Parts: sequence; C-alpha cells; structure tokens
Amino acid sequence: MQKTKTYEEINLKLKSGKAVILTAEEVAKMALECSPEDILEKVDVVTTATFGAMCSSGAIINFGHASPPIRMEKIRLNGVPCYEGLAAVDSYIGATACDPDNPSYGGAHVIQDLLEGKDVLLEAWGKGTDCYPRKHIRTKINISTINEFTLFNPRNAYQNYNVAVNSTKKMIHTYMGTLLPNLRNATYSTSGELSPLLNDPGFRTIGLGTRIFLGGTQGFVVWPGTQFNTSKPKNEYGIPVSNSATIAVMGNLKEMSPEYLQAAYYDKYGVSLFVGIGIPIPILDVEMARRVSVNNSQIETSVLDYGTEGTPKLGQVTYSELQSGTIKIGGQKIRTAPVSSLSKARKIAGELKKWLQNGDFEITKPVQMFPKNTSLKSLKETEADND
Amino acid sequence: MIKKRFILNFPPDSGDKPFSYHLVKDYDIRINILKAEVYPGKRGSLLLELQGKKDNIEKGVEYLNKQNIICESLDKRIHFKEEKCIDCGNCTAVCFAGSLTMNRDSWKLEFDKEKCVVCELCIPACPLHLFEIDFR
Repeated sequence: MQKTKTYEEINLKLKSGKAVILTAEEVAKMALECSPEDILEKVDVVTTATFGAMCSSGAIINFGHASPPIRMEKIRLNGVPCYEGLAAVDSYIGATACDPDNPSYGGAHVIQDLLEGKDVLLEAWGKGTDCYPRKHIRTKINISTINEFTLFNPRNAYQNYNVAVNSTKKMIHTYMGTLLPNLRNATYSTSGELSPLLNDPGFRTIGLGTRIFLGGTQGFVVWPGTQFNTSKPKNEYGIPVSNSATIAVMGNLKEMSPEYLQAAYYDKYGVSLFVGIGIPIPILDVEMARRVSVNNSQIETSVLDYGTEGTPKLGQVTYSELQSGTIKIGGQKIRTAPVSSLSKARKIAGELKKWLQNGDFEITKPVQMFPKNTSLKSLKETEADND
Repeated sequence: MIKKRFILNFPPDSGDKPFSYHLVKDYDIRINILKAEVYPGKRGSLLLELQGKKDNIEKGVEYLNKQNIICESLDKRIHFKEEKCIDCGNCTAVCFAGSLTMNRDSWKLEFDKEKCVVCELCIPACPLHLFEIDFR
C-alpha cells in the first residue's frame, strides 16, 4: 500500500480524471467506517468551504487616468471613503468603510454593486500638481471601465470561532448577530467539519501560494492572515477551541460572481462582506487523512459572553451540539443559530469538487509554509489621559 | 376548524366598538390576541389568531371589513425577498416564536408565517434586509 502521495501524483490523477475527490463532510462520514489508511488509499483530495461574513476584506481598484490627470488625494465611491494614499489612481476600498451619515451602505456594497455591473459614482479631489493639475473629478465608473479590480482580504476564513451569548438584561447588537438577553440565544459562525482551516489545523498543505476557490473563481492564499495565532489551546484532536489562525487571500474580482460575495449590514454594528472560500486539501499521507476525517463531534469551540467586558468564557461545546439546535451552558438550555451559511458552504465545496474532477483546477504546493509559533499582542496604551 | 392569523387596522373612530364580542358570539370564533398597538385618536393595529369553522372565519372577516376595519391575513403583510436569502441564519437567532428556522438537513431557511408574532426582530437582524412587515 502506498504510504504517501505527492502533489505531482495527485495533479496527474486530476488531469486524467482518475482522482477521487470528496467534500470534508463526505469524508467525515466515511471516516466513521474507514481507517485513515483506507482514506489515504481511496481519497486524493478533500474539498472544504465556508461562506461567512469576513470584515477584514476589501478591493484594490485602479481607476485609470483621466485627461487632464488628477492625483486623487481624497476619494469617494457612492459616498464611501476609499484609501487615498496609493499613488494617483490606485485605491483600496475596505468592506467595512462607510460614510457615518449613511452607515448601512459601505465598502462591501460598493464592491457588490461593481461586481453586479452597476454604475458607481467616483468623486475625487487633489491639490493639483505640475504633473497632475486637476483638482476635482466626478464621474461614473463600472466594472468594465476600471483597470484592476482585485479582492484582497487581509483576514479571512478563521480557524474556528467563538460562540456568542449575552448574559446581560439588555439585547445587544454584534457582528455575531443580535444577542437576546439572559442567554436566550447563542450564535456560531464556522461551517464545522466543512471549514477549511479545521481540516488542516497544522497548516501542512495550506500556505503561501495555495490555489483556492474565492468568490466563484480561482484565487490564492497570499499570506498568513492578520491576527494569525497558533498558540490557542487545542483539544485532543489538535483543533484549537477558539478563534486562532487566519489566511489572507487574493483573487480577480472581475472573474468573481455575486453568488459567492454578498454585502451585509448589521444593525447597530456596521457593514461586512460575506466571502465564499473553498480550499482543496490533498491527502498526502496518513496524517492528512486523519486530519480531514475530523467530524463535528470532535470540533469544539468556546462560548463567550459578548455582553460582559472581556468576553468571559462560559463553556465549551462541540459543533454537533451547536448544529443540533440547543446547547447547555451552566445547566441552562440555549437555542443556537448559525450566522454563516452552511448551505452555501456546501455549494462551494461541491463546486470546487467539480472543478477538480473536470481537471480545471490544479492543487498547489505552498511556496512557503506559515509560521508555527505565533501569538497576539494587545494594544498597550501609553497615554495617561486616554479613554 | 382552521386557525389563521390576521392583521387588523382600525380607523381612528372605531375604537369603541365591541367587535371581538361579535366575532365570538355571532361567528363562534376563538380569538387570541398576539400583538396590539393603539395610538389614541389616530389608529390601532392588532395581530389576531382566529380559530373556527372556515366559513365562519370568512364571515367574521367580512363583518370586520363592514365595520371599516381592515383585516388581512398575516402572510399577505409579510414581505420576504426569499430569492436573495443566503441562508445565513441570523434571523433564526432572534425568532423566538419559531417562525424562522433552519432546516437541519439542508441548512436552508424555513419560514412558517403562521407562527410569526410580528415581534419584528428579524427586520434589523437580517444582514441583507430582506424582511418587511406591514403591521401599522
């Protein structure tokens, strides 16, 4: 029996249409009856996916030069502020950016409008220089008038995420949804056993340069995500029991589909962007087979009280419990609700599986692996009168 | 026997009529008041669950309409842009009436409008703003 497989071998099988590809949910089910050795022998690639709100997302846009040209030093797209510190006509629009007077329409909505082919009003100002004499421009742009339109998300696809509850007497509004008072509901965000980074918790196959499904097209993992933390406590299956590592991803927005990117506005919180990400995991050896075999009863996460300062941990639950509809915390039964779309995640895992089966998608060996021992600093405050 | 929820809107001058008495007495309808908002001198809105024989309920509704009370079934007053729904589940987190739930096999949203109590929490909870309820 073959003990290991290489990326090259798997790609040859993919090209000839002989590779066996399963989704992470399918392989988790298979693993109830098959050993990791069997899975290594039978399965070549496992597809994972998630479709959740990922606030640290945004797009790089190059508007093209007007005549006479302008050095854009203040930029608005449909009134939403964009970053103006990138040369004359480059910009970055963050998903969460918005005009405070119109908080329910933000950067994510601008990205979606452009993606859907709608016209967006660009207004920009500059001081006027010898080489960029113009001081103001106001014009409509759309996806076909701009040059580059690149999704660049500094922090996506969290490896696990907390469950949010609220122990206080007041309803609170968070990025984890509306939390009812007195622990009347609990919200959770990842796709559990289907979630990309939970199927390769040690980052043995996901690294710099990994080709992925991003927003309906092929994109790439381009860096460890911000707040990349590998030192969170792990359970007996080697899975961190709270939010830990992340990935930075990039892809061509002009090839993406509004089906897999969706702007969102959370009342009394702000704007975010649902991002569809799928990652293929090659079954290189028995250890990877074991990793992708993980199921919802083996993946645990922390229940945090979002109503109390410091978000204290109230308990730990499995994704089987979360998906059952109720969890128990301190003897109290709490109704659960997802805030990311498992049905969309399944669609993405299925779509990626099709691409792989059709030989349209090559798996990539990372050009560099991600760091192993990272932890996070909090923001130290140096000024006495700070508040 | 059927059970159906209705939204009633009253004109400013209809507040003193004992319409619920007539629904019970004349049409043998069981009434459950689920939500009421009254703005004296302006208008009032009610969410009622009516239980009774189908034709009695129809007659009761007809009676209400004759009293100048607008009475429309709840599902006609709930507007949900289903085709845009991404099945994220945010609305199910706040729906304590159990009207909005996730199907635990397909993980698609299921909306049983007959369970809605018009708490209206789903309206701001939906990150895509797909719900509208015409109550007032």
